[in-house]
Amino acid sequence: MTQLPQPASPALAPNGTVAAAILGCSLGCFALGGLAVAADGSKRLAGLLAFYHPTGPLSGVTSVAIAFWLLCWAVFAARWKKKTVALGRVSALASLFLLLGLLLTFPPFGDLLLGR
Amino acid sequence: MEVTLRELVTIVHGMLFGGFFLMAIGGAIVMLLEWSSPNPEASPPRPAARWRTTYLVAMVALGWAAVLSGAYVVYPWYRAVAPPGADLAAFPQRLLMSNPTTAGWHTLGMEWKEHVAWFAPMVATMVGFVMLRHRAAWSADRQLRRVVLGFAAVAFLAAAIAGGWGAMINKAAPVRGGDTIQLWRSAP
Repeated sequence: MTQLPQPASPALAPNGTVAAAILGCSLGCFALGGLAVAADGSKRLAGLLAFYHPTGPLSGVTSVAIAFWLLCWAVFAARWKKKTVALGRVSALASLFLLLGLLLTFPPFGDLLLGR
Repeated sequence: MEVTLRELVTIVHGMLFGGFFLMAIGGAIVMLLEWSSPNPEASPPRPAARWRTTYLVAMVALGWAAVLSGAYVVYPWYRAVAPPGADLAAFPQRLLMSNPTTAGWHTLGMEWKEHVAWFAPMVATMVGFVMLRHRAAWSADRQLRRVVLGFAAVAFLAAAIAGGWGAMINKAAPVRGGDTIQLWRSAP
């Protein structure tokens, strides 16, 4: 009986670009949460982040976080383009950063960190 | 039947962009769950590739439209500084902060909403990218499916938090003003 050719094992297929997208996204979200708390705690930083005055520091917080997200994504994608990375570890790290970022956006948690 | 320009823009921001994004990300989660089925025979037929691409691109575009219109059009109206003696009804943030019983709508609600909302389009962009560009990896790797689904759920949660607070804050202190637009002429 003729055997049909089997596709290459998916476990061996490069997954670096996918891992880069996931980790980059989580780092961007973490940066957004961290910057939101930092801007809330420092009037000087808040002033620096007011890129568009009518929107205030929110414009800088989000712009910097988005730039950081895209930069992380591009750097990881370039480094891992043809590589197979440990997706389990990357996923765990990415989930941690995402959840921490989410927590940092919650004002009572930010106030706790700022000692208010 | 009239509406002011600011009310109309706020409706477009929240109900059109935000509301449709929330529905779209919910639909994407259902799509992801169907694609995650261990038995492909049991799954309903997959939508055509072009329709899938259009759906995911529209979802991501709606997410970005919601946060950008919110942050750069509606939010400046919301946080505008009231001149001394002005009627605070035209300055929603100041109106909320003027009373301890309503201040929480801003200090908790808006402060949370204005930041958490951005998670939704960022994560949705990543989810869309993985779904459109790496279907093979998605189909082959259970761990990848789990983490992308988890991220999509966070995008849904972030959009729901932002939308929910937005609706309640706008009820407590509506964004109003600008030209009046007549939507329907009533009989005298």
